[in-house]
Amino acid sequence: MMRFFRPNRPIWLAMLAVVLTLTFYARPAFAVNPDEMLSDPVLEGRAREISQELRCLVCQNQSIDDSDADLAHDLRVLVRERLLAGDSNQQAIDYIVARYGDYVLLNPPLKPDTYILWASPFILLILAALAVVGFYRRKKRDGRIAPANLTDQERKRLDEILSPSGD
Amino acid sequence: MRFWIAVIPLVLFAALAGIFLTNIGKDQSVIPSALIGKPAPEFSLPPLPGRDKGISRADLTQGHVSVVNVFASWCVPCRAEHPMIKRLAAEAGVPVYGLNYKEKDPQDGVNWLDELGDPYTAVGMDISGRTGIDFGVYGVPETFIIDGDGKIAYKQVGPIDAETLENVLLPKIRELKKG
Repeated sequence: MMRFFRPNRPIWLAMLAVVLTLTFYARPAFAVNPDEMLSDPVLEGRAREISQELRCLVCQNQSIDDSDADLAHDLRVLVRERLLAGDSNQQAIDYIVARYGDYVLLNPPLKPDTYILWASPFILLILAALAVVGFYRRKKRDGRIAPANLTDQERKRLDEILSPSGD
Repeated sequence: MRFWIAVIPLVLFAALAGIFLTNIGKDQSVIPSALIGKPAPEFSLPPLPGRDKGISRADLTQGHVSVVNVFASWCVPCRAEHPMIKRLAAEAGVPVYGLNYKEKDPQDGVNWLDELGDPYTAVGMDISGRTGIDFGVYGVPETFIIDGDGKIAYKQVGPIDAETLENVLLPKIRELKKG
């Protein structure tokens, strides 16, 4: 019989090696240009941290750290300027928020406007817990009612199935 | 109990339908401005090449309503919007200032206005885009209505069409002028 699929070990190993290499070497592609970076690695690290928290307002589902948009570039440069001027991370973030509002934060802050947003996972958890409790209660209650006895016909069919077939 | 199980999906549906209904027609990409009701930022922008007057915050605090329109020669919707800026300048009876946002070459803004006509009271050049950021600009064109005290009263994101001009901007300006 012909075999369509014969594992060829060296090729499979090589492919596995490639996949693993790509998996572990893969890093998100950042849009930060070398000429934007600060020479002080500590400040640059903080700038990167802040940039990842801030939404790019042009593309809206990317952080300014990831975005190639012109405005994202300007905001990255602005964040670095604020850090060089001695701002703390929070002050630099507040500076941007003062201009663009909470929307620019990828992590929404906890405040009256967002209580429902933050509470929703817990509300869902409670609803799910109630549903589970209800399910088991019902099961327990129904379990007390004994099932009806088998009819003669059912019993006969069961015996047929269970008896060893003479082969 | 059975009754409630039957009712819950109905209630959920009605609630969701209500939420969706109120969102119909809203452009989800429009971000509410953080600056409404706040003073316009401190800024001072140089004039276009060959002109003698730029714009600064002082222009917006003269005790009367004014408009700041953010435009750029590279911005295609700005070209579409331009006739409405002309109408706005002619019909609103308030100064309309141009904020020429991030031109690659300062001359580009001049050429653009030479070609299409210049309805602006004065134009300031924001080559770095920093004043734009201070105004919370994220997509050109944007238009700000500033009250007499220099506070930002309204922000229009995206191009102005005739409907927006007649039903939103002009009434808003009239209302502010009345005080």
